[in-house]
Order: sequence, then structure tokens, then C-alpha cells
Amino acid sequence: MGCVESMDYEIVLRDATFKESRDFIKKTYAEFRDVQPGFKVFDTHVIGLPPIAIGLDGDFVIFPFTKPCHGTFLLRVEDKDEAARLRALKK
Amino acid sequence: MKLYQSAGMDESVTGEPTTQPATALLVLGCPQVPVQTSIALYLINRLKKAGIVPTVAGNKAANTLLVIADPDRHYLGEVMDLDRAVVMITEKKRDFDRCFVFIHNDAGVTYAGTMSAISKAKVYAIIYGEHYEDLQKQIDFPCTTIAAKAVHNPLPLKKALDEVAPWAA
Repeated sequence: MGCVESMDYEIVLRDATFKESRDFIKKTYAEFRDVQPGFKVFDTHVIGLPPIAIGLDGDFVIFPFTKPCHGTFLLRVEDKDEAARLRALKK
Repeated sequence: MKLYQSAGMDESVTGEPTTQPATALLVLGCPQVPVQTSIALYLINRLKKAGIVPTVAGNKAANTLLVIADPDRHYLGEVMDLDRAVVMITEKKRDFDRCFVFIHNDAGVTYAGTMSAISKAKVYAIIYGEHYEDLQKQIDFPCTTIAAKAVHNPLPLKKALDEVAPWAA
């Protein structure tokens, strides 16, 4: 997930478990899509326990980002095209 | 082997079937718990003695701890970046017969669940650290768990590993 560091992201949630992050997305965002581990969001293959919830909020995409030493973060990135691509996935 | 690169049975130029050695991926967690490096080297040694080719995937710190400890590569074989391993397996450019995921925090559980989903390998969750019992309860995907309360002393985890003997499975 090398390119995440170069994105203009906002950290929505940190210091939560992966499952807590998934629950947060489902409770907080009216729109979300479930994907499998390895699914590409932007140019990164998402890590996670399936199903991985990806939140959608207007043109913003909210997705989990896990690092071995820092745990899971929920990141919020504005990208109209990526939000549209994800929105087009079957629920 | 199930895979695309070093898969089990191929044909030689003479048409004779050739057998590729079995492979294993060791997915390292954050190296902040000391037993990880020791158990990884021990496991690599046991795998190699059993004829299984080990590959290590971790972040820079976890990999460097191993590389510095084994400068002549008596134990270590291929070492790769963890993110790169995930990409290669996801894109079906490579896979392994066995996958050992080192777990001492929630991120470790997350990586193990990911490997269970993206790889055809038989997954072993090696769980250790102060909170190993809580982490063990979070495992709800297919894998074999090898768990012990081990932080500084690797012997309890070595014992649990020897009981399962995944190199012989």
C-alpha cells in the first residue's frame, strides 16, 4: 500500500481493532460496500478480515489501512472518480 | 505447491515430471516482541531441514533484524517487503504451500485473515505476547493456531510449535 503516504488523507479513526473499524464504517456512513481482502482501493490492495467495509460519503472514500506496528487506521480521501467506481459495485 | 510460479509438478525438457520443493511464507509482525525473530529463525531452520523453501515477508525493521542476525544467510533465503508479498499473492503472480503469520497484536490477526482469504496456502497463526489468549479468540477464519504466552523467552512458543510440527504436515 505504498502510495497511501502520498495521498491527501484525513485519519477518521485510529487505535481501534479492525473489527471496530468495520463497525464504525457501517454505523457512520449510510453508504458502504463490502469487498474482499486484496481488493484495490485507489492503487492499494486493502488488508483486512473479510468482509472489508469501504465507506462512501459524497465524493469521499473511507477505507481501512493496516500497518504491522501501528494497527488499523480509517482514512478518508476525496476522489470523485474512485467514489463513483466503488458506488457502482454491487451491494 | 499450488502455484503459478514454483508449483508442484512441472515437466522437464525430456518430458519427465519434476517435483518442485514445497514452499512457505513467514509473515512477520511488528518486531517489538522479542521472541518473533528467534522463533522465525528456528522455524526457517526446521522448514529447510524438511526440504521446504522458506520466504520471509515483513516490514523493514522486522526483516532487518533477521538479515543482521544471519549475515552469511545460513538460515535466511528470500526476504521481501510485506506489502509486495500481498500484491504478488493478490495478483496471483506467486503463492506458497504454507503461510505462517506471526501475531501479537490486532494487525497480526488482520494480516492472517488477509492471507487466509488471498492465498491458497495452509495458514498457521503463530500467536504470542502478553495478550495471546484474547488474540486467539479473534481468529474466526480457517487456520491452525500455535499459541503461547511468550514475550522474552521463546521456549513456550517453541514447545507449541514443536507439538504441531508444521514442517512435517
